[in-house]
Amino acid sequence: MSKKYDAGVKEYRDTYWTPDYVPLDTDILACFKCTGQEGVPREEVAAAVAAESSTGTWSTVWSELLTDLEFYKGRSYRIEDVPGDPESFYAFVAYPLDLFEEGSITNVLTSLVGNVFGFKALRHLRLEDIRFPLAFIKTCMGPPNGIAVERDRMNKYGRPLLGCTIKPKLGLSGKNYGRVVYECLRGGLDFTKDDENINSQPFQRWQDRFDFVADAVKTAEQETGERKGHYLNCTASTPEEMYARAEHAKQLDMPIIMHDYLTGGFTANTGLAKWCRRNGMLLHIHRAMHAVIDRHPKHGIHFRVLAKCLRLSGGDHLHTGTVVGKLEGDRQTTLGFIDQLRESYVPEDRSRGNFFDQDWASMPGVFAVASGGIHVWHMPALVTIFGDDSVLQFGGGTHGHPWGSAAGAAANRVALEACVKARNAGRELEKESRDILTEAAKSSPELAIALDTWKEIKFEFDTVDKLDL
Amino acid sequence: MPFSSVVDYQTVATLETFGFLPAMTQEEIYEQIAYVIAQGWTPCIEHVQPSASMRNYWSLWKLPFFGENELGAIVAELEACHRAYPDHHVRLTGYDAYTQTQGTCFVVFEGRS
Repeated sequence: MSKKYDAGVKEYRDTYWTPDYVPLDTDILACFKCTGQEGVPREEVAAAVAAESSTGTWSTVWSELLTDLEFYKGRSYRIEDVPGDPESFYAFVAYPLDLFEEGSITNVLTSLVGNVFGFKALRHLRLEDIRFPLAFIKTCMGPPNGIAVERDRMNKYGRPLLGCTIKPKLGLSGKNYGRVVYECLRGGLDFTKDDENINSQPFQRWQDRFDFVADAVKTAEQETGERKGHYLNCTASTPEEMYARAEHAKQLDMPIIMHDYLTGGFTANTGLAKWCRRNGMLLHIHRAMHAVIDRHPKHGIHFRVLAKCLRLSGGDHLHTGTVVGKLEGDRQTTLGFIDQLRESYVPEDRSRGNFFDQDWASMPGVFAVASGGIHVWHMPALVTIFGDDSVLQFGGGTHGHPWGSAAGAAANRVALEACVKARNAGRELEKESRDILTEAAKSSPELAIALDTWKEIKFEFDTVDKLDL
Repeated sequence: MPFSSVVDYQTVATLETFGFLPAMTQEEIYEQIAYVIAQGWTPCIEHVQPSASMRNYWSLWKLPFFGENELGAIVAELEACHRAYPDHHVRLTGYDAYTQTQGTCFVVFEGRS
């Protein structure tokens, strides 16, 4: 029987397929969507995934008899059909806690999404969800500050926060860049953001940017009487350089810095998050590279896993897509992983893509950031979908205003506050969106012209990665 | 684009949430207070002289109104605070004991600066 399979495939199921196993509260549980090579039984594929992501290797080796592999092995304990997809199935795997270093997301991912993803007996493999046990969560620091602390520091209550990315994303000098920051903030935004591509290029070295931006933030605060911030991107080529930039932001008395957690890596991210906790700094997290990993419905890692990992590694904001804008994102799925960022307990709910009950205990929450191709007409939907604990970021929707970034910012702020006020008064935002925005525009010429500018822009393409229901 | 059609945007000093909307009517303010009560938050009134509006702490008016569900009672306290400090900003906060932060906070009376 085993001769039918390609080289390297042995009978994993004898050891690693344990349908009678009852997972322990302390186990790390994972759900993989598996698509095996033709002719390989499901149990063998599931067992192979458990083996190759834990203690197993392709051949029996003498040295494994020196330990108790029954204690350390991962176990595949359940197989389920994927609705509407006969060639794939879900395999549930339980890993004993002792397989992992405390507080190390890097270590968890190296095991769970390591070599196994290149395994020949599989055509595709996707990590759909991880259940982190409380015993592991309590070894992670998590977000440096959390939603409640950020609201108190920034004095923003009862509404989503408003931001935008500075554009053009590349090519501005430090001083011209600070000018755009100032325009946005004086117009009514709470935050502006470095584009993720902005690090420290020849046209704009980081220190020059930080210094001019700090001036812009402070001037806007003085003029408006409101608290402001700019996500100073500290992502760098080495951890030492990253910390140097963070220290400088602190010396400038800036409230928030930024990191790209996937390109920068989990080790760097966790380190920077700990620095932020020690130094009273908020941490905004960008997610460049995520679509490479999470967009294919049968291969890679679902973003809900990357979102959970970020909450454990540490960050106060995380980009989640917008549902309504230019970037990929199904509404129910997005609501599912937003819960993972913000709630203290998330029950299993397949209609939102959550495969496990997830208890977050006392871990602080992360603001969901909606950014990319959104404009004032989307505001009622965004407030409904994302709720108050979110940052709504309008880049083109701010700078593209015919009167400039300050007027664009004011238009967004008026639209946001009109939506929050209407929601609180019991109105249905999505149904009454046109009326609510049109009424608000009567007292805001900035909003009126913004509504006119973007009235025809829509991004209505089908979602590539849909929930399997 | 002809610059004659571009309007100069003048920076405005604002007081955070709802700072960019026109002054609310009495009925609209009642709706927002009713929302605070309906959320189960504890209403609380604070006031400060306008030049100090960026402080974390404004003066507390009496105590947070724990367990108060009557819209009229909150309105009466807001008005009493405004009468006692006519030159001060007066804001209403909804304390959320579950999240341990403020569910909302907005200025009801703007003081004279």
